[in-house]
Amino acid sequence: MSKYTEEQLEKELQNKEYEYGFYTEMESDTIPIGLSEDVIRIISAKKNEPQWMLDWRLQAYRVFIEMEEPEWANVNYDKPDLQAISYYSAPNSKPKYDSLDEVDPELLETFKKLGISIDEQKKLAGVAMDIVIDSVSVATTFKETLAEKGIIFCPISEAIQDHPELVKKHLGTVVPQKDNYYAALNSAVFSDGSFCYIPKGVKCPMELSTYFRINEGGTGQFERTLVVADEGSFVSYLEGCTAPSRDENQLHAAVVELIAMDDAEIKYSTVQNWYPGNAEGKGGVFNFVTKRGICEKNAKISWTQVETGSAVTWKYPSCILKGDNSVGEFYSIAVTNNYQQADTGTKMIHLGKNTKSTIISKGISAGKSQNSYRGLVKIGPRATNARNFSQCDSLLMGNECGAHTFPYIENSNSTSKVEHEATTSKIGEDQIFYCNQRGIDTEKAIALIVNGFSKEVLNKLPMEFAVEAQKLLEISLEGSVG
Amino acid sequence: MSFKDHILSSFIALENEVETNNYVHKLRGEALKDFENLGIPQRKEEAYKYTSLKSLFNKDYSLFPKKETSIDYGDIKKYLIHQIDAYRIIFIDGIYSSHLSQTTHDKFDVCLMSSALNNPKYASVIENYYNKLATKDGLTSLNAAFAKEGAYIHIGKNIAVEKPIEIVYFSTGNEAEMMTQPRNLVVVGENSQVQVIERHQSLSDNAVLTNCVTEIYAAKRALVDWYKIQNDKLSASLIDHTFAEQKDNSEVRIHTFSFGGKITRNNLSFYQRGEHCNSVLNGVTIIEGKQHVDHSTLVHHTAPNCESFQEYKQIFDERAVGVFNGKVLVDKIAQKINAYQQNNNILVSDTSTINAKPQLEIFADDVRCSHGCTIGQLDDEALFYMQARGIPKKEARALLMFAFANSVLETVKIPEIKSRITKLIATKLGVEIGFDL
Repeated sequence: MSKYTEEQLEKELQNKEYEYGFYTEMESDTIPIGLSEDVIRIISAKKNEPQWMLDWRLQAYRVFIEMEEPEWANVNYDKPDLQAISYYSAPNSKPKYDSLDEVDPELLETFKKLGISIDEQKKLAGVAMDIVIDSVSVATTFKETLAEKGIIFCPISEAIQDHPELVKKHLGTVVPQKDNYYAALNSAVFSDGSFCYIPKGVKCPMELSTYFRINEGGTGQFERTLVVADEGSFVSYLEGCTAPSRDENQLHAAVVELIAMDDAEIKYSTVQNWYPGNAEGKGGVFNFVTKRGICEKNAKISWTQVETGSAVTWKYPSCILKGDNSVGEFYSIAVTNNYQQADTGTKMIHLGKNTKSTIISKGISAGKSQNSYRGLVKIGPRATNARNFSQCDSLLMGNECGAHTFPYIENSNSTSKVEHEATTSKIGEDQIFYCNQRGIDTEKAIALIVNGFSKEVLNKLPMEFAVEAQKLLEISLEGSVG
Repeated sequence: MSFKDHILSSFIALENEVETNNYVHKLRGEALKDFENLGIPQRKEEAYKYTSLKSLFNKDYSLFPKKETSIDYGDIKKYLIHQIDAYRIIFIDGIYSSHLSQTTHDKFDVCLMSSALNNPKYASVIENYYNKLATKDGLTSLNAAFAKEGAYIHIGKNIAVEKPIEIVYFSTGNEAEMMTQPRNLVVVGENSQVQVIERHQSLSDNAVLTNCVTEIYAAKRALVDWYKIQNDKLSASLIDHTFAEQKDNSEVRIHTFSFGGKITRNNLSFYQRGEHCNSVLNGVTIIEGKQHVDHSTLVHHTAPNCESFQEYKQIFDERAVGVFNGKVLVDKIAQKINAYQQNNNILVSDTSTINAKPQLEIFADDVRCSHGCTIGQLDDEALFYMQARGIPKKEARALLMFAFANSVLETVKIPEIKSRITKLIATKLGVEIGFDL
């Protein structure tokens, strides 16, 4: 399935110092730094938002200023100065383009470097993309094909204008404004993001995809994604992230809300490859994300994530299994190298009867990095016959890294079954020896073993993502074998 | 008067009673300050997230018994492992009872903490070991501030103590609400062996709170085998802190059997400070009603080539709440570790709850660490199989539960304790089966 050859890998390894580390020179429309009610009013006004949206933002802001930044995560970092961030930055060549020719050529160049030639994507992959570059969507493809089926896939700012009733009804129902510190901040200042609505009984014919990048220096990225799958519908949603090389830490505090109504299914896949900082641990993105989905009767939500980037990752894609017979899944690979820190995992809240959840988490730590799995499986008293299986495996490479697991299991139901397993190990010398003996050098042997270790999760990714993810794993771990 | 104020004023009363011009009393003063700063652990602290101590500390406990009470051997016989010969250190309301006890100073010391604290002969041991291992939190500090009595066991080199040592703390209920602060110190020399049975037992239905601290030091190749039998009255609560330090090739095994008590919190902390150590932490919990049992274990691997093994089997009925918080910490230098942790739970009723948090924190790469945690029910088919063969449902369930807990019972080395525990389990499950099939 992979077109990607060993020579390509080799070439990539040679210049693997963050390959996406470029900076596009474009004029941006950036508002002065700082956070206040006025800033929120400006953001809202710039986006020409209705009054209810502004009120909603202000409500979130008032909750936010009462809150304190949480410290319980197993990560160390200098807290970002929220007053030193600009909360709005949009590429200047606004308004919208009618065709690709009108798009800023430099922007197109950026996309090309990212490997997402829009034309190619259109033809080859059949992927519709909502590209978010510094907070504002500039290109949406395949919109018409989707519109025929009644699928709405657009920037959330557009959805606020065009489909206010849907946004108003669902926004903040899964992740309320006061949910946590960064979710509250996001609710107050979110700049843009994606909105997706799949009508009743519709199977979305293609993978929906968003690419997030952080471009302008000193800007925080606060996306808001809302996916609503109406009764009996199906959607597979991909989210991929790359960010340019920067020295100062950049904050990314996104919120993703998924709503799967009766019999609906949402598959949400993420490949996160933001700038992890250099080998000395300088710079890198702070990725503090709140992701949560709610399942009604017989619904299913499946999270798949491959985390290779960011200096500090702090995220827990979760499922609230509210309806009877609903299913939640979480498949994750988190790779940390150098000074990266990841505290990630999931929460499975079983409320309905016969609900099922599966958690497969693979952590790989190398260099001086710290990798934590933190998860919660909660089974409520009414969730009879609930079933959970969790497996957390950690792979340690080198003796300066750490792997940690913090699984919380809360069960108050006698008919439920919960299983949890965790192992920690290193790559066996015998395994490497076996490969060496057969002419596979150590570097490649490691790549092979890591791939095998992660297979269970990689298999869950849509194909084009799986290829990219496999590539990312190899690049992220290059040079980590001592 | 808040609990804290009550403690502070009681400390003055304590000072009138004990010798104040020594090492231990200096520690007491410092510990009191620590307690003032740290206070009683609250639920917002991660370590006490699932266990609220609020209902324990809203009472007006008397910290010292007003008068000495004596009880007859007949009254307490059933709480002792009386079938076997044993050294016994018995306390009544925190005061040593000489006529019920059997101590020794012959080849080794099995005696009282109070005499060890006050006798200059023991000063060097006390200064080297006392309160050196216990970590500082509100409750261990509270214990250190008020502790004056407990068991003191000091075994020299190359001695296998020929019979088990039984440490039992009785509460008579002469005070309406009583809080005791027992303190045990066990130092086991190179190549020595000792078996200890520990029990806290209330004799009345008055409220009792025991805040116990035990420090165990195992020197090279030492073997310590410890059994905690917790089958107290429902009016009694226990907060136990046990710390064990291990040197090269030593083995410390602690078994905890929790069947009784209102709130029981077991903090077990192991520090491996030598190579090739082995730590064993086993437990069986069977509770119902509104009982609450919390096992918080920590195994800190600070040296290479060691092993640790944890196995906790728990059964919860009615509105019982169980907590298991197991933590394995592996330092960077602790390579070639094998750490195993297993926690299996059965919820019998819909209103019972288990909160489990098995944690691994690993900084070394060449290790084998695994943990498993399951929550489930009895196998319906196995139940049916037995019922089809004429075994009543209740007995069939009891047999299955016993089988579930058996892997822990098999590791009990003293046969009398094993049969005592099986009897306790049978009573607990309401059946009259011997289980010693």
